[in-house]
Amino acid sequence: MTHISLLVIVVIITALAFDFTNGFHDTANAMATSIATGALRPKVAVLICGVLNLAGAFLSTKVAQTISSGIVNDKLATPAIIFAGLIGAIVWNLGTWLLGLPSSSSHALFGGLIGAVWVGAGVNGVHFDQVISKILLPAVASPLIAGIAALIATYLAYQINRRTREGPVTSGFRHGQTISASLVSLAHGTNDAQKTMGVITLTLISAGALASGATPPYWVIAAAGLAIALGTYSGGWRIIRTMGNRLTDIAAPQGFAAEASSTAVILSSANLGFALSTTHVVAGSVLGSGLGRRLAQVRWSVAGQMALAWLLTLPAAGAVGAIAAAIAIQGTVGVVIIGIAAVAVGVTVYAVSRREPVTAGNVNDVGPIGAQREALSPAS
Amino acid sequence: MHIDWSALGQVAVVSIGIAVGVVAIFALGVRALSQREIDIESGSSGTLPLTGALLCFAACAIVVLYSIYLIVPQLHQH
Repeated sequence: MTHISLLVIVVIITALAFDFTNGFHDTANAMATSIATGALRPKVAVLICGVLNLAGAFLSTKVAQTISSGIVNDKLATPAIIFAGLIGAIVWNLGTWLLGLPSSSSHALFGGLIGAVWVGAGVNGVHFDQVISKILLPAVASPLIAGIAALIATYLAYQINRRTREGPVTSGFRHGQTISASLVSLAHGTNDAQKTMGVITLTLISAGALASGATPPYWVIAAAGLAIALGTYSGGWRIIRTMGNRLTDIAAPQGFAAEASSTAVILSSANLGFALSTTHVVAGSVLGSGLGRRLAQVRWSVAGQMALAWLLTLPAAGAVGAIAAAIAIQGTVGVVIIGIAAVAVGVTVYAVSRREPVTAGNVNDVGPIGAQREALSPAS
Repeated sequence: MHIDWSALGQVAVVSIGIAVGVVAIFALGVRALSQREIDIESGSSGTLPLTGALLCFAACAIVVLYSIYLIVPQLHQH
């Protein structure tokens, strides 16, 4: 291990930083609906989610042997290019977190790598046909499928219990939610920590510290698992608020229906070999559960902002990755400049977020749908 | 570029079927549990709705266990 260069160490630290942002971006996917319905207290929810993500990281053995699942040519990805791609992904994740927008961390990583490889190694390093079949198609199909499932499931849950007393319905579905949310967390942990493990392992291989085709060393698994678990535990309350409260008003039966639908889509697609974003799936489920309950409303403006963020994820993270790559491939000075710039972005985003903090304490403080509109219209 | 439409269709059918099935069965369990309370309040035993509720929740538990089996690779790879 003595001959690992400074650059490789920087890439590993950056990959773990990405893993952390991945965690706090995606806590919402598993836990937002349970927090919104009161099935789990906010602090308890993120603790369960963090522990299950850590467990998931250790459980999964099907370790990613590619950085990008074939979207870019891994052979062209030097440590400097991987570093630039990670920076693109981290910057996008921080920005969308500040705005409270759920967006896919996988898409951010793919986007960053595409941009970095394009500039650093040439356009031939990017497999655009793979971009369509592995990224764009699942991004459109998965929320649609999850939404339809959640819509029908929610409608049936309310039909079946239309004459049942409200108390037992709420408490029954809340209990169900603790289990369905835990399943989403565990599935997330087995999938997402792999991305970082793959990046670190391939960086070590390209630096000659590991043999080609080696599986991740134990410390890589532990570090990646801990980074995503800590990120998850730190909450990402802004995104939880959007997913659980701002998109639609969620009651316990809807939360359960949404989580069951998300789990079903994630597991069935993983089984059939589709890589998809948990963020897209869960957002689709939440929207579906909003539509499936009679009289429930969906805030389409929030859904629209989210869809726009999804469209922008790939090109925006790609643009940052491209700029970072252009500078980072110049040598050590370039890498240092990009590193300092990224830290500056992180500090700035954190400082801005403190102006209007969202915490475990106020994550559910969102007025009912319609309240904002009434507040805006002049009293007549 | 190859798009596997039949795999996509399978994902759609399987996930919608499982999600709707589990939620409906769970909802029936919740309804039966509430019926049991009503039965007990009106003096009867409530055994029948309790049995129904337990059957529903047991069915959901099986799906949860199968999900864990699918999530944890050590369980289904040899």
